[in-house]
Amino acid sequence: MHLNGTDEGVSVLRLDVTESALKKRRLDREATPGVQAMAQRDKKYDRQLRIWGEQGQAALEEANVCVLNAGPTGSETLKNLVLGGLGSFTLVDGSSVQASDLGNNFLIEWSSLGKRKASVVCSLLHEMNESVIPKFVDESPEAVIDSNPAFFRQFTLVIATQLSEFALEKLDLICRQYNVVLLVARSYGLVGHVRISVEEHDVIEAKPDSRVEDLRFHKPWPELRRLVEEFDIDTGDPLVHKHIPFGILLIKILEDWKAEHGGQMPSSLRELKAAITSRKREHDEDNYNEALKAAYLVTSPPPLKPEFLAVLNDKKVEINSESSNFWIMVSALKQFMENEGEGEPPLDGSLPDMHSFTDYYIRLQQVYQAKAEADASTVEERVRTLLEQIGSDPDRISRTSIKHFCKNARNLRVYRYPSIADEYRARVGTEFQKLLAAEDNSNAALYVLLRAADRFAGTHKRYPGTADAEFEEDIALLKAAAADVLSEIGCHSASISEDLVGEICRFGSTELHCVAAVIGGVAAQETIKLLTGQFMPLGGPLIYNAISATATVFEI
Amino acid sequence: MMKRKGEDEPWALEPEAMAETVDLEGRWEDLDRLLLRPGYIVGPGFEPGIELRDMIKNDCRVLVIGAGGLGCELLKDLALTGFGNIEVIDMDTIDVSNLNRQFLFRMRDVGQPKAKIAAERVMERVRGVNVIPHYCRIEDKDPSFFQGFQIIVLGLDSLEARSYINALVCGFLEYEPDGSPDLTTIKPMVDGGTEGFKGHARVIIPGVTPCFQCSMWLFPPQVTFPLCTLAETPRSPAHCIEYVHLIQWGQDRPGETFDADSTDHMKWIFEQAAKRAEQFNISGVTYTLTQGVVKNIIPAIASTNAIVAATCALETLKIATMCSKGMDVFMQYTGTDGVYMRTFANEKDTNCIVCSPGVPVEVEADITLEQFIDAILTDSRFKNKLLKPSVSLQGENLYMQAPPVLEEETRPNLAKPLRTLMSGESGILNINDRKLKGVLRLQVNFKTADVDMDAGAGG
Repeated sequence: MHLNGTDEGVSVLRLDVTESALKKRRLDREATPGVQAMAQRDKKYDRQLRIWGEQGQAALEEANVCVLNAGPTGSETLKNLVLGGLGSFTLVDGSSVQASDLGNNFLIEWSSLGKRKASVVCSLLHEMNESVIPKFVDESPEAVIDSNPAFFRQFTLVIATQLSEFALEKLDLICRQYNVVLLVARSYGLVGHVRISVEEHDVIEAKPDSRVEDLRFHKPWPELRRLVEEFDIDTGDPLVHKHIPFGILLIKILEDWKAEHGGQMPSSLRELKAAITSRKREHDEDNYNEALKAAYLVTSPPPLKPEFLAVLNDKKVEINSESSNFWIMVSALKQFMENEGEGEPPLDGSLPDMHSFTDYYIRLQQVYQAKAEADASTVEERVRTLLEQIGSDPDRISRTSIKHFCKNARNLRVYRYPSIADEYRARVGTEFQKLLAAEDNSNAALYVLLRAADRFAGTHKRYPGTADAEFEEDIALLKAAAADVLSEIGCHSASISEDLVGEICRFGSTELHCVAAVIGGVAAQETIKLLTGQFMPLGGPLIYNAISATATVFEI
Repeated sequence: MMKRKGEDEPWALEPEAMAETVDLEGRWEDLDRLLLRPGYIVGPGFEPGIELRDMIKNDCRVLVIGAGGLGCELLKDLALTGFGNIEVIDMDTIDVSNLNRQFLFRMRDVGQPKAKIAAERVMERVRGVNVIPHYCRIEDKDPSFFQGFQIIVLGLDSLEARSYINALVCGFLEYEPDGSPDLTTIKPMVDGGTEGFKGHARVIIPGVTPCFQCSMWLFPPQVTFPLCTLAETPRSPAHCIEYVHLIQWGQDRPGETFDADSTDHMKWIFEQAAKRAEQFNISGVTYTLTQGVVKNIIPAIASTNAIVAATCALETLKIATMCSKGMDVFMQYTGTDGVYMRTFANEKDTNCIVCSPGVPVEVEADITLEQFIDAILTDSRFKNKLLKPSVSLQGENLYMQAPPVLEEETRPNLAKPLRTLMSGESGILNINDRKLKGVLRLQVNFKTADVDMDAGAGG
């Protein structure tokens, strides 16, 4: 271990491994690609590459993350990130290993007793995955926050574990100043809390669980129509009849229906289904059965989600020379929808499997892919023009990025989080009030109680229930603190069960390993989402209730 | 007793020496808050005290099935929750692709038995815990092996293995004459599972909460392709890969058994699938996809395993000590869109062939035992579940298929009316069969009641 020089006045120590880690990563990457010798790295990360792909992995490997406090919550969060191949981390903790660390933290050995905790946890994390660059700072997080705010500027993301309300507010201001994402994670007895704080987080690849099939059966474009015309769906050949893809069937049957009804659409799904059934010859014609199942796509094409419309209507769509690539692409997308797209975003080009002859299906697939390609090119032209207009390099955004953006356009998301200071000062919204007024309001009540416990600690210099002798007294004091919090957030009429107050005092700010493991898991998962820009992160503060094994995400 | 030292003071005692005698004072102070203090939201009969901590350390034996992604986490979590006697069973060896989440293993361990390495690592790190590994299949163990544990925790990735253990453990269950489970025969299970950003955890108290079989429907069926699509009209890269895997291999390499772990075999499948795809103008066959399709690879990440395993370990602690209310009873987790973590109290299936106190079977009043056996063999509910059923009534053998001595002894019963054998009353018959892992309990009701026998016709 040696001193890595001072970093904005903070002594950052790094383990004597950096060179070997760098070399190892280089070797991993340089290994012959291809079938013969699938690189070791690809094998090691195979199960996650199937989730976030090469791009997601690259984002993880480039990230530099800071974690405050090396207790089980911080250690478990880092463990999950280090295993996945995080680029580098800096662990900040100013304490020594005590007996209680041996009862709740797996990243501490028996022989570590009395040693500096940040150093111990850091080296055991590194031993877990030597491709990761480990650093630590042997100072208390509060001291670093107070004395060296600029220290935080270097990080992609800061994870603050087990930090009180007071220190968090300060850290949040610092992170916002440097535009560093802040993730708050906390374990408190059988309760946990995770929260994200950043001005804006844009998501292109939201990867929703239920994919919306954008197939345009209701509005086929000219090339698709031409392809449909090539098919005789009333063919006398029974084998051909049952091997025409359902997409072709739906478009053709709809056209025929409209021709017979003066250009009107079927008034109901039932009418359309009857028209499909009338063309079906045998019970086992899978293509017709699929057409019946997918018929709803004709009468009710997938709507644009409110979250997507909110992105289109965001004030940042009005771009200027400061605009990010994301907003320039959104701006071009909006123009596309208002013009060439006729209200629709670019086609994503994917086609679900359809019972069909191979060549019929492939031709249909090619028409979809060509349309997606053409849409992306139109958006690309608009992007280039916009870039020129704002006096920027028109080639600033690659074609690959624009295509990727267009493919995912329907699921764009923008997240904006209130600052922690705002969350603490503001009265809560009606959503939260409703949850608090509900019969089982446990998770909302726990949110209030965690804040009350911090307030208690601010006043009494100890967390409620820390000492057996003051237990009964603490229950009364915590109740009073909770009442204060309730009235400040505008919910003074809400009631919090005595049992929950008692439980919070019983926990006495302990960090149980299993609760820390759950919170560390959630925190790592949110970190991965934030770093890769994939999936949808938490929209508000989360309360984890280990008594009932449930979690609630609040809209504050 | 030792005092806790100040932070700046160097630790005076040799840690090695202390481990032999007693845990460090204060080591379990976080856990002690739950176990030593009275609680407000706790399970029935919770009695806080040092005895509880001693009980989970010394007397409570926990079996962890699976030493993979969930298993590694479970062993760590249970050890750091104070459980002192843990055993782990796993038939697998360590693979490079495990290392992104199975944090007890390193590159140098590849090829070693998972159970053995996992047990060693946990014992090295968490002083005082005893972890016994079993490097074998669960089927290799006698049912009495599973009887020896107070709680069984499942960290498995296959439905078959879950079904097997579930049937076996529910088979230990005995019911009282009034249909309530005999509490002394209940062996609780905690089950976890993950796939990518999703997972579940649940508590199975046989006879009380739904068993695995009761809620089989929660698991979607596996996607399979029709053979004619693979052979005649492939449209996707997966179709091409499955064709080579399921059909072409047998044709081109007759007599050779395909081994998914052989790089040569996998490479051949990939190359042939790529050729086939080109022939059909299909794009997208890659080596990674080939592996994924052929091995049915389920994506897996450290964080989801951590969340699900810790949930399971906490429920294990609750079952063992009642220190907190148990969860209600099936927890679902999804991390793709924010965080979704909720529980469902799904219902027991009264027709469950594994845990029901008696699956209702209605039969003609004059049916013979032989006819009854034929009837259950053709009952759609027990299709493919029974081969040669033996029948018993409250411990008395009515008909035994084996051994020959017993078969001969009970054979005369086959021709007798079932109703006579059951003393004229409806009731529970136990069915044993080689194909069943546990016992199948049938609630037999007779269709028409004789006037003088109506006492037993209820049920």
